[in-house]
Amino acid sequence: MLDIRRRTGVLLTVVIMGQLILISAQVQSKSGMPVFQAVTFGAFARVQGGTTGTLHGVRDLWGSYVWLRGVRAENETLRKQVAAMEIRLQEERALASRSGRLQELLNLKTTTSLPTIAADVIAGNPNPGLLTLTIGRGSADGVQSDMAVVAPAGIVGRIVGAPAAHAARVQLLIDRNAAAGALAERTRAGGMVVGVDKDLPLSMDLVSNLADVKAGDLVVASGVDGIYPKGFTIGRVESSERGPGLYRAISVRPSVDFSSLEEVLVVLVPPRSATPEGSGHAPAATTGTAK
Amino acid sequence: MKTAAVLAALAVALTLQTTLAGMSMTGGTRVNLVLVAVVYLALSYGAVTGLVAGTVGGLAQDAIAGGIVGIGSLSKTVVGFLVGVLGAQFIVSTPVPRFLMFVGASFVHEVCFQAVYALVELRGFRMQYSAAVVQAFVNGAVGIAAFLLVERSPEMFQRGRRSSSSRRRY
Repeated sequence: MLDIRRRTGVLLTVVIMGQLILISAQVQSKSGMPVFQAVTFGAFARVQGGTTGTLHGVRDLWGSYVWLRGVRAENETLRKQVAAMEIRLQEERALASRSGRLQELLNLKTTTSLPTIAADVIAGNPNPGLLTLTIGRGSADGVQSDMAVVAPAGIVGRIVGAPAAHAARVQLLIDRNAAAGALAERTRAGGMVVGVDKDLPLSMDLVSNLADVKAGDLVVASGVDGIYPKGFTIGRVESSERGPGLYRAISVRPSVDFSSLEEVLVVLVPPRSATPEGSGHAPAATTGTAK
Repeated sequence: MKTAAVLAALAVALTLQTTLAGMSMTGGTRVNLVLVAVVYLALSYGAVTGLVAGTVGGLAQDAIAGGIVGIGSLSKTVVGFLVGVLGAQFIVSTPVPRFLMFVGASFVHEVCFQAVYALVELRGFRMQYSAAVVQAFVNGAVGIAAFLLVERSPEMFQRGRRSSSSRRRY
């Protein structure tokens, strides 16, 4: 018969070994989401959807019927219209930019608009420090892994992992494992925007010291990663300094307010590498997976 | 009964954490309610319960968060076990020692979590100390509030019943 203390020690050792094996298996694996994770995520997304729905219901009841009857509904409609118009404006600007300089050169057809689907944010990340959120749209709505997620102000992030039927996880662009191909709109200087653990959560890397990028420049998606639609706003350059090596040190202030996201749009265009007629480019500049 | 209490505490903590984080991406990161629940259970029931609660709560949190399942649970398992052991060795029945235990556990958890991530991702150890300290203190405050709520509510309930029955007598 084992002593209770020794049994506790054995239990601790077994549990820690099991978790280390679990972590090792995932780090080595290059396949999709683990089954345990997919099942837990799918099931919990339902619970979370219900909780958020109830919460929204109570809030809407108060807001729509008790507090400012009618005015709030009108405000909501106008806000949605403004959001839709801002999205259209960004599309038009990207379209104009493309058709103005590149379309003639490359003889490409421009797309009139991107197919999108609106989604409610139903949960945040239960793990502090990792910046993902859960939206109430999933594979049943046509959402796939690596699709871009945008808001009226600009790019929010991308879908990570296999979506559940009615929920999907979004890795925010400011997560330290996220990245996107980007360029400064004024000079077309290209680089890669990555999330960093700082007050200004975005940094634009791989921009040559010779490039002309200065504070106030608008940073937009370059589209080279095959995920984020070209021309969509990422943010504005906050500071740009000559780096010690080949590249400049550039901090970017994101255009999206990530602390108050309630609704987002999922761009229903599969990542370039997922389409049969893919150009063969690397699927994304995004590194790693959501944690 | 104890198992049900452990599971219920973890489920409530996880649901509240995701709901809070969903309402404000920045506000949600200032508290880790699952960790608070694990420390609470470890202080209340001992090292084995802390260990099991840390494992179960951490695995669930990791699975829902996405990414590498096991890192958060490994950190919480270690923290749950350590808190359980320390709770049995020292007197932690008053708010101040409990608060220190919550704060210390939160900080140890953050260090463990970031260290394992650094090992897995083969990158340097990066930790935001100011954010970790803020989170540790918020966790401590929430933990103390949870203890007060659970310990005082039966007493207050009894007092309320006694006063209402004495009013009826006169």
